[in-house]
Amino acid sequence: MPLKILVTAKRVEDSESKIKVNPAGTGIVGEGLKYKINPFDEIGVEEALRLTAKHGGEVVVVSVGTKDVHEQLRHALAMGATKAIWVNHTGPLDQLGVAACLQKVAEKEKPDLCILGKQAIDDDQNQVGQYLAEWLGWSQATFASKEESLESDAEKTKTPAIKLSADGKRVTVVREVDGGLQTIDSPLPCVATTELRLNQPRYASLPGIMKAKSKPIEELTPAGLGVDVTPKLTVTKMIPPPARKAGIKVPDVAALIEKLKNEAKAI
Amino acid sequence: MNFGLSDDEKALQESARKFAREVMRPKAAHHDETSTFPVDIIRQGSELGLMNMTIPAEFGGMELPHVAQAIVAEEISWGCAGMATSMIANDLALLPIIIGASKEQKERLLRPFTTGFKLVSFALTEPGAGSDVAGMRCTARREGDFYVVNGQKQWITNGEYADQFTLFCTTDPTKRHKGIMCLAVEGRPAGLTVGKHENKMGQRASNTVTLTFEDVKVPVANRIGEEGEGFMIAMATLDNSRPLTAMFAIGIARAAMEHAIDYAKQRTQFGKPIADFQAIQFMIADMAADIEAARLLTYKSAWLLDDGQRNTLISSYAKRFAADMGMKAATDAVQIFGGYGYSREYPVEKLMRDAKLVQIYEGTSQVQRIVIARELLKGI
Repeated sequence: MPLKILVTAKRVEDSESKIKVNPAGTGIVGEGLKYKINPFDEIGVEEALRLTAKHGGEVVVVSVGTKDVHEQLRHALAMGATKAIWVNHTGPLDQLGVAACLQKVAEKEKPDLCILGKQAIDDDQNQVGQYLAEWLGWSQATFASKEESLESDAEKTKTPAIKLSADGKRVTVVREVDGGLQTIDSPLPCVATTELRLNQPRYASLPGIMKAKSKPIEELTPAGLGVDVTPKLTVTKMIPPPARKAGIKVPDVAALIEKLKNEAKAI
Repeated sequence: MNFGLSDDEKALQESARKFAREVMRPKAAHHDETSTFPVDIIRQGSELGLMNMTIPAEFGGMELPHVAQAIVAEEISWGCAGMATSMIANDLALLPIIIGASKEQKERLLRPFTTGFKLVSFALTEPGAGSDVAGMRCTARREGDFYVVNGQKQWITNGEYADQFTLFCTTDPTKRHKGIMCLAVEGRPAGLTVGKHENKMGQRASNTVTLTFEDVKVPVANRIGEEGEGFMIAMATLDNSRPLTAMFAIGIARAAMEHAIDYAKQRTQFGKPIADFQAIQFMIADMAADIEAARLLTYKSAWLLDDGQRNTLISSYAKRFAADMGMKAATDAVQIFGGYGYSREYPVEKLMRDAKLVQIYEGTSQVQRIVIARELLKGI
C-alpha cells in the first residue's frame, strides 16, 4: 500500500560554524554563520524515502520560516522528496507555533505517517513531535531507532527500520530508551521522531540536485492556515558556556598528585 | 559581471564537499600508502553524479555546465587528488565521444555510463610520445569492417579497471597529426594486455597502467570522427578538460593552506604560535591570494566554454598558473610544518607529491606556455 509521509526540514545553524552569544545576551551572532537541515530531520527524510522506496508513495517535506528555508527544502527534494511545503513566516517562533502550523499542514495533506527529528540541534527542545501527535490525536513513536548497527547489511541495503504491517495499517517502531530498546506497535496515522541511530542519510546526488529545481514548493502562511504563531515563550537570557581555562604545568608527579587531590578533587 | 555562485552551484558544491570530507578524506592516506584503487569510493562518487558530468541530457546525462564541473573538481581534489583523477578520468575519456561521435555512437557508447557504474580510460600518451602527441606510433590498419591496432599506450588512468577505452592511434605515423584517429574500444578484446600498476610518487590511489595492443580488432563502427580527425578531437578534449585539471591544483592547494593555518596556530616556537611570525604569515598570505587568483582564472576558462567561446588561451593560462601555484602552496605547507611536514605521519607531504603531477599530466606547464605563446604570437 503506498504511503504518504510528511517530514520536516528545520533550518539550523551548522554545527561546524562558530556559535557566539551576542553581547546583550539575547541571542546568538548571526554574522558568518552557515546553515543546514536539522540532522535529525534529515534522518527523518531518509527513513521516509526508504519506506516509500519499499512500499511506494510520496514524501512531502515541510518547513516554517523565511524564504531562506527553501535551501533546506531543496536539500530534502534533492535527496528524493516528492514535493515541499513552505510555511512563510518572518519573526520569532516557538515550538508551540511550529507544532500548530504542522498540525494544520498534516490535516490538509492527510499523511499516513509524520516523521520529525526528535529535536533540533539549535535549541534542543524535543517537543514539536509530541505536541503534533497530541493535537492531531494520533499515536506517537518517539526516538525511533533500530537494533541493527549503522554498519549492518540492513543499513547498507537501505532497509527501512520502521516496519509496515502486511495490511498497511500499522507500524512497528524500535524506540531508544534509557539503557536499551523498546519495540512498539502503533496504528496509522502516527507521528514518529528520529534518533541518531535510525539510519545514515544519503548524500544528495548531482542529478537529484538538478531535479529538485523543478519540484514544486507550495507556499502557505500561518494566517492562511488559521494559526496564531505569536510565541508564548520568550528567551530571557542566553549565556555562553564558561571559557576553558589554560592548562598548567606541574614540576613533578608529587605535585600532580597533590593538585589532583586538593584542587581538582579527582582522587 | 557576476562573481557569485548560483544556488544550484552552491548546492552542488555542498554535496561534493560533503562527499570529499566524509568519504574521500578519511581513506586518502590509506590508499596513498598502499597505492590501492578505492573502487567502492569511486563507485559511490559515480552514483552521486560526481562523474560523467559532461554527458548530454539527450543521452541520459546531466550535461552539467563547465563552471559547475570545475566547482565539483575543486572539492573532490581537496578530498584526495588521486581519487579525483580517477573520477574525472571518465569525463576526460568520454569527451572525445561527446565532441566527435555520431548520434548512434553516442547512444551506444555514452548512455551505459548514465545507467550504471562503468569506467573508461583516455589512451593518448605513449612511451615515446608524451608532449609530442603527433609522434605516436600506435597504428591501426583497416581490414574490412575492422581496424587492427598494434602499439603501446602509457600512463593510462584506470586502465586496469576500465570497461571501455578511448584510444588514439595512427593510420600512418609519417603523417604525424594528420594520421591520427580516435577509436572506442569496448571491453577487453583479444590482444589487449594491461600492464602492471605504476608505482607513482603521488596520486597513488589512482590506477595507472600501460596498455599493449597486439592485433586488436576494433569495429570501424567505433571510429569517432574520420581518419585524420583524431588530433583535432584530442585537442578539443583537452580544451574542455583543462579547467578541471587546473582545479585539481586548487583543491590540493586549498587543503595544504588549511592544514598550514591549523598547524601554524598550534605549533609553538620561541614561546608563541608560529602563526605570529611574519615569515609564516607571508607564506600563508601568498597561498590564499594565489589560490583565489587561480580559481578565478579557472572559472573564467570554464565560463568561456559555457558561453560557447574558444578557451584554449585562457584555459592554458589557468592550467599553467594553477599547477605551478599548487606545487608552490604544497611545498610551502611542508615548509610551515617543518620536520613534521616531511613525515608521512602528517598530511602535507602527500599534497606536495600529488601537486607535482598536476604540473605534468594533461599538458605540462611547459606545454601550456608553448600553447600560450603560440596563441599570442599568431595574434589571437
